[in-house]
Amino acid sequence: MTHQNNIAITPKLVADHGLKSEEFDKIVALIGRQPTYTELGIFSAMWNEHCSYKSSKKWLKTLPTSGPRVIQGPGENAGVVDIGDGQAVVFKMESHNHPSYIEPYQGAGTGMGGILRDVFTMGARPVAAMNALRFGAPDHEKTRHLVSGVVAGIGGYANAFGVPTVGGEVEFDARYNGNNLVNAFAAGLADTDKIFYSTAKGVGLPVVYLGAKTGRDGVGGATMASAEFGDDIEEKRPTVQVGDPFTEKRLLEACLELMATGAVIAIQDMGAAGLTCSAVEMGAKGDLGVELNLDLVPVRETEMTPYEMMLSESQERMLMVLHPDKEAEARAVFVKWELDFATVGKTTDDLRFRVLWQGEEVANLPIKELDDEAPEYDRPWTPPKAPAPLAATDIPQSDVADAVLALVGGHQIASRRWVYEQYDTLIQGNSLQRPGGDAGVIRVDGHKTKALAFTSDVNPRYCEADPYEGGKQAVAEAWRNLTATGADPLAATDNLNFGNPERPEIMGQLVHAIKGIGEACTALDFPIVSGNVSLYNETNGKGILPTPTIGGVGLIPDWGKMARTGFAQAGDLILLFGAPPAWGTHLSQSIYMRDLHDRRDGPPPPVDLAHERRTGDFVRNLIRAGRATAVHDLSDGGLAIGLAEMSIASGIGAKIAQARRR
Amino acid sequence: MKSAVIVFPGLNRDRDMIAALTQISGKAPATVWHQDAEIPDVDLIVIPGGFSYGDYLRCGAIAARSPIMDAVRAKAASGVNILGVCNGFQILIEAGLLPGALMRNMSLKFVCRDVKLEVTNADTDFTRGYSQGQVINCPVAHHDGNYFADSETITQLEDNGQVAFRYAENTNPNGSINDIAGILNTKKNVLGLMPHPENLIEAAHGGTDGRALFSGLLGRAA
Repeated sequence: MTHQNNIAITPKLVADHGLKSEEFDKIVALIGRQPTYTELGIFSAMWNEHCSYKSSKKWLKTLPTSGPRVIQGPGENAGVVDIGDGQAVVFKMESHNHPSYIEPYQGAGTGMGGILRDVFTMGARPVAAMNALRFGAPDHEKTRHLVSGVVAGIGGYANAFGVPTVGGEVEFDARYNGNNLVNAFAAGLADTDKIFYSTAKGVGLPVVYLGAKTGRDGVGGATMASAEFGDDIEEKRPTVQVGDPFTEKRLLEACLELMATGAVIAIQDMGAAGLTCSAVEMGAKGDLGVELNLDLVPVRETEMTPYEMMLSESQERMLMVLHPDKEAEARAVFVKWELDFATVGKTTDDLRFRVLWQGEEVANLPIKELDDEAPEYDRPWTPPKAPAPLAATDIPQSDVADAVLALVGGHQIASRRWVYEQYDTLIQGNSLQRPGGDAGVIRVDGHKTKALAFTSDVNPRYCEADPYEGGKQAVAEAWRNLTATGADPLAATDNLNFGNPERPEIMGQLVHAIKGIGEACTALDFPIVSGNVSLYNETNGKGILPTPTIGGVGLIPDWGKMARTGFAQAGDLILLFGAPPAWGTHLSQSIYMRDLHDRRDGPPPPVDLAHERRTGDFVRNLIRAGRATAVHDLSDGGLAIGLAEMSIASGIGAKIAQARRR
Repeated sequence: MKSAVIVFPGLNRDRDMIAALTQISGKAPATVWHQDAEIPDVDLIVIPGGFSYGDYLRCGAIAARSPIMDAVRAKAASGVNILGVCNGFQILIEAGLLPGALMRNMSLKFVCRDVKLEVTNADTDFTRGYSQGQVINCPVAHHDGNYFADSETITQLEDNGQVAFRYAENTNPNGSINDIAGILNTKKNVLGLMPHPENLIEAAHGGTDGRALFSGLLGRAA
């Protein structure tokens, strides 16, 4: 066997690891010598865009992340929000865009697996999932293959794991032809006094490896996800992980059982950059060093090198720091569930990250610096130019009935039933509103009246035309969709999908979208508690539509007083709330303009946040008072499509007259 | 009336089934782990749905060969009522307690939706809460529910009243032969069905049509 750790570190090798030469110089300055091959791999894993947020950190810090109900904001595996009665909802949304384009079934499935693990790592049992999917044009040669693979992959994982999919989005636009988006959301319930964190505490304590064995799958996945696609995409298939929902389900049950014994001090799932990222984060957060002995890591392939073991992204694995006196009890739980349990290292007081392999030290790095000293960039950006408004005379007219029929049958508006019927939407027996409405709703298991509402929203057309207004709109729409069920919007998670941040115009989109998101979250008291950034969504230099997906969570105090999209009964009065008459109508960036007239010019409708809040609060009160029997937010397709959807959902028609203004 | 739920790793509707049995009988069922050797003395044994052992082989094939199934077979032979739902149905077939096979859905896709079921034989312990020919709502959620058997077996099932439930009103979600949704053994103490009555037992589920199956079995009014 060749001793892989002695490979010469050449500029090409450094570049192949996605590290810039100045980043490599920083590494050398930091450790005072050339890194070993394994160490280079560890740095590339920790310092890539996906793990370090080096392009976005400066701007993410501006988002509002706290509030009276927020128990844990960004920085942990998932956000935690108080829902009263000693319970919390734990949630996050995360992208798996690049892997899903390379290998749709496994890429999307492991995306679902990863986000579920983020939630139960914190001690929460997953109770709801969503997914926001964006594909290329329906007639593009790859679209059918990608859609069927991604949907089957998500279903294959979530259905077997046993979590209901309660909502999501599926959209098509030629701008995603070379780069689809798969954003997976999961939420779980936990007791507020039994939340588990990743910060290691205590010196000399066992670091325990749990779950599935380590293989060569996914080596370098996080680095792959931090680069653009070129024509060599087929060669990247080995960087995609393979999912095993059966093991994940056992891991869930074993982890929750283990947590109940009080044995767990700290826990971190092995997601992107596997063993490296989880060990470094647990140590660095707790101001502790970590020593790992790779000879003790359960492997499923022979002759794995330390480099491969440290960078493998094999799924369904966890790292824990355990109370030493409870190790035997903990082991018994994992033996019962037939999962691997191996003490692979210990916490130390020297703040070093040391990796041993066959009696040799293959890495010895300063642990805090690996995490905290990751490069942070203030990338140059150019402010996006606001498009000029369209003149009223420039709006093409159509017969209303023809337009409605064309839109209802078009790919943007048509029912997504063919997608969500492939997901188990009712497992756990708590689904009160399944996909197809404004928000999915589940009961809080064990509580008589409480329910949680979930929605996922963004309008990438708006974000492309005006990232600032588009960012505001994404948050406002999520808030509005939750409100439409009668829920109090609690908090949100953001999944920011953009192109190459090294291009100033893309960076400008990111900066402006975050500004819009931040402003809306502040105005609506709707903090961001978790999230994920996916950059470099480009193929051969062509970027996607800027897509900052917002996952929103709301609390319904009494689901007996909840609104649905479908009309409740014939004879009810239909009211339109919102924009005052003086605002007129707005058609640029609408689906009507894009899909019926092939027009993508003009600004999106502006969002008046104070007005949004007043309207939403009013509508929510109507629902709570039992006066509103059906509520639907107006978005794509406007009033006409809103009414059509309320009719289709109920089988009850509507007669509409020119509004009488009072 | 006492019940027990068998739990294999990878099942995921065990909690739904336990909740339904508890709610309707007022008493939590015993849970039997797949490595247990014995099943307590109960009147009803349920194998719930899910993906036992990941269903990476033929659905239910591994669970059907685990030791606890010998105990299930013995209980079935002694006349105890056995109910298998979804993966539980697949396991009962793989274990030889019910005839035929459950193939991949005709669409080749997982399907989760509400269907209509006709109660084809209301004269059994499982179905006496319904009337003969009654059409009820029930959700399905499966990838492999396309029931098939050779023509001789089908004739026998039909002639002996062993077809308990049939998809009605053109709602067959999987292409199963004769619209079969659930079948009984010859003694009619073993029922396997693909739909999930345990997910339609209270107002929050949008209906209570599944309740009568359990209340009939458990001897209590719904």
